[in-house]
Formats: sequence, structure tokens, C-alpha cells
Amino acid sequence: MADITLRVNGSERKVSVSPETPLLWVLRDTLELTGTKFGCGAGLCGACTVHVEGNPIRSCSTPVSQVAGKSVITIEGLGAGGLSLLGQALQQAWIAEEVPQCGYCQTGQIMSAAALLAKTPNPTDEQITAAMNGNLCRCGTYERIRKAIHLAAGRAAGNGGAR
Amino acid sequence: MSPLSRREFVAAGVAAGAGLVIGFYLPHRGGPQTEFFSPNAYLRITPDNKVTIVVARSEMGQGVRTALPMILAEELEADWKQIEIEQAGASTLFGDQTTGGSASIRTTWDPMRKAGAAAREMLISAAALTWNVPRSSCTPENGRIKHAATNRSLSYGELVGKAAMLPIPTDVPLKQSKDYKIVGHRLARVDSPAKVKGEAVFGIDFRMPGMKFTLLSRSPAIGGKVASFDDKESKKISGVSYVGKISDSAVAVVADSVWGAMEGRRVLNVTWDDGPNKDLNTAAVRESLKQAASKKAATLYSAGDAAKASGRRISAEYELPFMAHAPMEPGNCTAHYQGTKCELWAPTQVPQDCRDSVATAIGLDPDQVKVNVTLMGGGFGRRLEHDYAVEAALVSKAINAPVKVIWTREDDMRFSTYRPASLHQLSATLDGSGFPVALTHRIIAPSISGQKGQPTPGNVDPDMPDEAGPVYGIPNYAIEYVMTETPVPLGWMRSVYALQAAFALESFIDELAVAAGKDPLQYRLHLLAKDQDLQFFTTSWKTARMRGVLQLAAEKAGWDKPLPAGRYRGIACFGCFASYMAEVVEITVENGQPRVHRVVAVVDCGQVVNPSILEQQIQGGIVYGLANALRAKITIEKGRVVQGNFDDYAPLRMDETPAVEVYAVPSVEVPTGIGEPSVPPIAPALCNAIYAATKKRIRALPILG
Repeated sequence: MADITLRVNGSERKVSVSPETPLLWVLRDTLELTGTKFGCGAGLCGACTVHVEGNPIRSCSTPVSQVAGKSVITIEGLGAGGLSLLGQALQQAWIAEEVPQCGYCQTGQIMSAAALLAKTPNPTDEQITAAMNGNLCRCGTYERIRKAIHLAAGRAAGNGGAR
Repeated sequence: MSPLSRREFVAAGVAAGAGLVIGFYLPHRGGPQTEFFSPNAYLRITPDNKVTIVVARSEMGQGVRTALPMILAEELEADWKQIEIEQAGASTLFGDQTTGGSASIRTTWDPMRKAGAAAREMLISAAALTWNVPRSSCTPENGRIKHAATNRSLSYGELVGKAAMLPIPTDVPLKQSKDYKIVGHRLARVDSPAKVKGEAVFGIDFRMPGMKFTLLSRSPAIGGKVASFDDKESKKISGVSYVGKISDSAVAVVADSVWGAMEGRRVLNVTWDDGPNKDLNTAAVRESLKQAASKKAATLYSAGDAAKASGRRISAEYELPFMAHAPMEPGNCTAHYQGTKCELWAPTQVPQDCRDSVATAIGLDPDQVKVNVTLMGGGFGRRLEHDYAVEAALVSKAINAPVKVIWTREDDMRFSTYRPASLHQLSATLDGSGFPVALTHRIIAPSISGQKGQPTPGNVDPDMPDEAGPVYGIPNYAIEYVMTETPVPLGWMRSVYALQAAFALESFIDELAVAAGKDPLQYRLHLLAKDQDLQFFTTSWKTARMRGVLQLAAEKAGWDKPLPAGRYRGIACFGCFASYMAEVVEITVENGQPRVHRVVAVVDCGQVVNPSILEQQIQGGIVYGLANALRAKITIEKGRVVQGNFDDYAPLRMDETPAVEVYAVPSVEVPTGIGEPSVPPIAPALCNAIYAATKKRIRALPILG
């Protein structure tokens, strides 16, 4: 067991867990942020995607010790803080394009999309595919995800830019 | 009359009328001073003008929490904005609550319409009594009853007290499709906002005080048992509080976190007795299907006499492997056993089966088991099983505390219930123009229901009537079924046997068209040219409706227009769950592999309830079906499932997903299935396009081997 401090969604959080515990389970079980999902446990599906220092990572395969002292943004924090305009634009676009079916993978999808748009405000189809290909959806919502990202990119730009 | 006596009146009136009772399951059931109007189990209106509609099917992404209330709200003439949705748990009020067989709208269309209409008529009467005016002068509109002559109106909430006193009408008028204001419209799904914010509570997200987590170590060999186990290392893991055998074939590790339970299970030392299937492998399964092919078959469908026809004969065999559902949310269930009762929070398609099987497993009566239905991260049929619920209840009983069982992805892949592997033998006798005068389709496959000990009258799996029907008006046409057995656990996977039947039939029809030197669309239309009703069990398949979807698909796809160089098309059609479907696929072949660029899908499913949800279901079914066609294969070695995660059982990703255009044939017929019918035609349409491109015929799935 170790005491580890993280900055989660802008707040400092101290946890006492074994250091090899994947960040996913610290978020879900210790901090009760269940919007980040467990899908494969092996970095294959992207359902557990969160941002660490602004980069999308697979929290199921990231030991919590690796993110000690770092900034973690989860879906619960996306609509506030530094990415709030972009996060809200994405969440609204996801609703407008009627993306979610079961919805289980969508929080991870939105986190990957937010990371894409933060660096590439107006992505091409190829850039969207490259950024989103690690996120699986068994309901088959990919084409609507693509449309929603384009929509959110336009809206975030129209709002004076997301960054 | 005091509020209390009003409620008594309602309860008495309800009990006398058609067995409708105010639901005990309602979490916000009013205290003594609260009035509400609940003429049936689906609806409750309170004086604060809140209209609550109860959904008695499970939401797994297919949109029932939106679509089913739309049906009731339409007849109620409700204001959609005032509707609140309540999920029913396992109940005795709604009949069979199984969510499967593309049946939620089909089976609730009448009850939901009648529930809304009865309430509407009672609210009209209540307003007429209030104003002392004729009923005929009162009109329901947008959540209010209006009296145009005097420009008065009352909200439904204001009419609750009076409406609750009235007798419940049994024969109510239902609206015409042309007057619909909610049904048939693209209303936004009610569940999307919570899902995009991470606030939606799936089964795996449910939490309660004192809840532990458990993972189970299960026999890796199918049918194996625990010989012995050593929990010494497991108990060294921080947070592990219990290790114990909970069935012949499973040892549970309980901890205060998921990670603790995972680590505890990782170091658990179990010695397994591999049991009777330790030498089973995929080759043996294939061989057993081939050997069964010559056995006596049950006749599913028979027109004319296919055996007597004479002429040029063409035959072919098609094969399909086991497949796994792999929903994104792995299996899980939370149980709280408390001696004389047990409560479950289950992501399940079968709340009533969970209740009953849990009751049996832990020695309670079914009415001592309460099942709450959570959101599901996909189902696809996997959650028609109740294994997670039984495991959770057994562990909760063993530790006498609330516990959530969680399956890993490897658990999901290796301990699933699989789409049955199958073999199909087709033969046709052709006339001088190359059209079949006779066609026989023999399906050789194990029975899912049979394996589960359910009835298979006449040696016919009870799913066949929904999924293996005739498509064409061929004068001598036989569909036969040889029911086999396998030790590999079987389950109902999206479209069940229709995927296999359609792959075989629609590939074979394409082979016949090629042999006749005819265009595959025109060939099919010729076989559907005459208006016929093909009676298959209780469904009457209409050649005219199948012709309709094919023609519309061909038109939208531009079938008669040339394609750019390197692009090829394939077409297929099929009917299942009483809906008609045609799909056209456009591909290129790159490095010997097909790449799907465009799919045009046309459905005839009667009245469409929500066009946006319908498009979601068809787009999703096609992506699911493409993954099935291209790569889905579960293999068995030494009695064990080989595949374990999304690397060796790879679903479609964004880079492989085509644009899917969806069209529905305008119809006011009774709604039919939509969750599954788009899945079956995609594999043969794709394989037929591959033939057009390469002259190579795919006779076994998956396409990529």
C-alpha cells in the first residue's frame, strides 16, 4: 500500500492503494468516478480513456503510481475546467447526432475525441479515424461519432475556439 | 370522498377489471395523503401533473426506454416533455418481460396503446363531469383536456382525482397512423444526456454501502470441475476477505475492490478435473455436424415436392463457426442476500428468469427475490442468460453481505454461450432458363433451447420459426432441420439462427444466378414476381413485401448504374422476426481483402415508431454483422475456448466501418422486429460482392479465415 496524490478533475485527491493498481480501478472504486468504463483490461478497447496531463491514456493499463502528482481529467470533469467549451460541444454534438445506443463506450469515445480536437481543432476524416480507431463500439456507432466530431469541431470554432 | 377511500376505490375497480393492479414495484408509491391516477401498470399520473410511464423491457441500447413510452404517450395525447420514465424490475404485472427476439415493440404495441387510450378516455370523462358538458365536446391535446366552446382546459394532473374514481373502459378507440404526433417522429432518446456525461448507471456502476467485489475462477475446460484449491496466496492480497467454492465448477475470491479480487484470483491455485470434454476441439465439432447431415430431418417448410423435380442440379455446402456476443460491458450483477430475502441489481434481458433461478439457487421463493433492472452496456443476447445473477446471489449468501460479481473480458469470451456452429446443405433443380423449380435447404445445427432443457417439439428448435423462413416463391421448396447436440455452451446471439440461414441461402441464390448467367437482382425479383403468402409457422411471408425492399434497395444503391473501376456490388435479402430486409454492399478488394465502402439497407417493419432509433439499430446491426462475417470465430482446443480478448476476437473498428444508408418502406402495418433483421443479409451481400470482384465463392465464415 502507498499514499498517492493525484489531481483529478482539478481537485487534489489522496488515495491509499497498492501502487500497481490500475488508475481505472482507483477512479471507479476509490474515488467513485464510474463514468470511466472497464471494457477489456488490456488497452484494446478504449472504454477506460482519460486524459493525463492532456494526453489520452488507457487507465486500465496505467498503474496509479505512474500518474502520481499528475493532472487527470475524466468524463465527469470534461464539461468544466480547461476543456469545458470543447467538452460541452462534444457532449451536445453526441446528443444532436444521436450517437449513443447502449452508451457504455461513449465516455471513452468522447475523451478520445476531446484529446483529438484539443490538438487538431478541425480534423479531417483520416485524422478522426486515426485518433478514434482504438475505441471499440459494439453497437456500431462509428459513423455517427465521426459526424458528431465534425459538428463539435465546427461549434467549438464558432464559439471562438476551444483552447 | 377522502383521498384514502378514493385509492381504495381505484384498487377495487382495478382488481375487478382485467387483472390490472397498481404496481407494488413503484418506488414512489404515495403515502396516505397522496392521490394518483394509475388505471394500469404502465401509467401513473400525479396531481403535480407528472406523467410516469413504466417500461417493462430492458434497455440495452436499442431504445426501449424512449420508444415504448412514445407508444403510450401517443394514445394518451400526452405532452412528451412532461413524461418521466420508470424502469420496471421483475414483476408479475407485465407478462413475459424477456427482452429479445426483436420483440419489445411487437409485443407491447397493443398493451401500451390500449393503456394510453384507456387513460385518455377516462381523463375526457373526468373533464366532462367537472364541467358538466357532453364528453363529445371535450378534446385531449398535449397533456390537457380542452373544451373549445367555453375556452376552458384542465391539465391531466388536475383531473387525477376524478379520473381515478371512474371505471376503466375495456374497449377503447385507438388512433389512426395519419393522426400520430409522437409515433413515427424523430424524438430524441431520453437516455442520451446521462450517457454522454458519464452519469448513466450501468450494472457495473451500481454501488451500495458495504458492497464487496468478487471474481470467480471457473473451470477452463467445458464441463470441468474444481478438484481442490489452495487459497494461501490469495489471502495475502490486500483487501481479500473470502475465498470459497460456490459451485462444482467455480471458486469465488471476494475483496473490497475489483483490483483486489482480480489479484486474489490471479494467484489462486485451483486444481481442475477437466471432465468429459478435455479432448474436444473445433475439428471434432465440424465432423459431428457433417456426420449428422444424413440423419432424419424435421421439415420446417414444404411447398410442392422438392425431391421429385428433375433438371440440371446444383448443390453447395456452407459452414459457420461458433461466435461470441462480446458486449462492451462485461458480465456483472450485484446481490444482497438477507436471510429471507435477496435483492439484485442486474443488467439483464430476463429479470424474471434471474428472479426464479436465483430463488432456486439460494433456497428462497421467487417472491422473496427482488430484481432491479439496470442499464446494460450492450446485450446482443448474452444477457438472456442468468449466470451472473446466480453467481452474485451465491457469493452474497456465502459471505452474508452485498457483493458485485464482475467478469473480465477473458471471462466473457471464454465462458460465454455461443452462437451455434452450423452446416448448411443446399441443392436446387433448375429449369431451362436457369431458375429453380425446386430448392432444398437443410440446416444442421445444435439446438440452443434443447441444450438448456427447454422443449423442442418435433425436434425443431423453437427459434427456427422466427429465423429460418422461406424467402422465395419457388414451387417446390423445402427447409429442413437436423437437430444436433454439442457440449459447447450455446446462446441466443443477435439474429440467432437467421444469420446462418441467410448466409447459406442468399449465397446459394447468388450461385444460381451466376450459373444462369443472370443479374442477381433480376434473378431474385423473378423468384418473387408472383404475389404469394409463404406460410411459415405463424408468420405469413409476403413475396410482395420482400420484392418491395429489394426494389427500393436497388434503386437507392443505383444498381443499374455502372460503378467506378475497382468497385463491386453484392445484394442479399432475408426476413426474420417478421420484418423484411434487403442490403446492397459496395466493396473494393485491396491486398486480397475486401473493403466495404457503402451499404444501402432497406427495411419493411410496418409502422416505424422512432425513425432515428430505427436507423441506429440498422446501422449497428450491419456493423455487428460485418464483424461476424469478416472475423468472428470462437474455436475450441482441449475442451477450452481459445479466444480471450479483443485482439484475437476483433470487432469492427472505425477504419473498417462503411457509410450505411437506411431506408424504411412507408407502412401502417403492425410494427415488427428491428433489432436483429439487419444482421443476416450483410454477410451474404458482402460475400456476393466478393464473388463479383474475384470470382471466388466464400462458403465458410469468417471471410478472413
